Amino acid sequence: MKIGVVLFPGSNCEQDVIEAIRSLDGEAELLWHGDATVGDVDGIVVPGGFAHGDYLRPGAIARFSPIMGAVAEFAASGGPVVGICNGFQVLTEAGLLPGALQKNRGLKFRCSEAELRVETTNSALTSEAHAGDVLRVPINHFEGNFTCSAETLAELRAEDRIVVRYVDNPNGSVDDIAGICSAGRNVVGLMPHPERACNALLGSTDGVPLMRSLLAAAGARVA
Amino acid sequence: MVTTGPPTRDDGPVKFSVLVEVRLQPGIADPQGSTIERSLPHLGFDGISEVTVGKSIRFVCDGDDEASVRAEVDDMCKRFLTNPVIEDATITVTPA
Repeated sequence: MKIGVVLFPGSNCEQDVIEAIRSLDGEAELLWHGDATVGDVDGIVVPGGFAHGDYLRPGAIARFSPIMGAVAEFAASGGPVVGICNGFQVLTEAGLLPGALQKNRGLKFRCSEAELRVETTNSALTSEAHAGDVLRVPINHFEGNFTCSAETLAELRAEDRIVVRYVDNPNGSVDDIAGICSAGRNVVGLMPHPERACNALLGSTDGVPLMRSLLAAAGARVA
Repeated sequence: MVTTGPPTRDDGPVKFSVLVEVRLQPGIADPQGSTIERSLPHLGFDGISEVTVGKSIRFVCDGDDEASVRAEVDDMCKRFLTNPVIEDATITVTPA
């Protein structure tokens, strides 16, 4: 199975994602944002960084990149799509996930390790984790303050679509939300970086079950 | 020939100045506004409240009349210039 990692001008975590996937014996390749196809991949990661310089708003311009139509089609067909950090912002702007990422509470750029509690294993990013697990995963963002309407929040809760929560909320996100999934559970967005917690040399391997979940979801698509 | 008064449809497409002021919707936390509000008293500016921070986007737009330009800019705001989940905008259209 093969994971495509979308590269926009300004992305900067794409190689980290590729390295993490390869270290777990997965296949990974870059997908250029200017191509209107995702080729024959079985899963997609929209990585972190500053797509198109975050001009106007993070993700506001990236959502119009030619590849995003193909990403939306892939998601609509049930394919696993994971947006990490800036990738989460891109997926909300593209309407593939609800809500928005606002500037952090207190205007603090947060660059640290965060503890995430796995809230559901029913998503493309958590099937290999255990509900209630607390994972140590780096965060690195200025606009990670998840915001949505009261109606959307009620829907996310009722449908068990809050995938991971912060143990100690670093940015003001409503309901301590660190990551959510789509109604189909195949599109997941989160601010923390699981790809940076896949090697003991980097201080934590707690991202491994998350990345393995993505590989499992991609593998299920092949089967 | 010198003409006076606003341009009209009879003159064909004319240019309008557009100002889009984007702001956070009421109820959405505005960390930039609150930081400025907390800072001003330290500089001796007292009695300041309700500080909000947004952005302004200015451009010139060809159009037949003010109403059609306004409708087009409204569409721009919905699809691109604002994030309707957290922002709204006021639009000002004047003859360029």
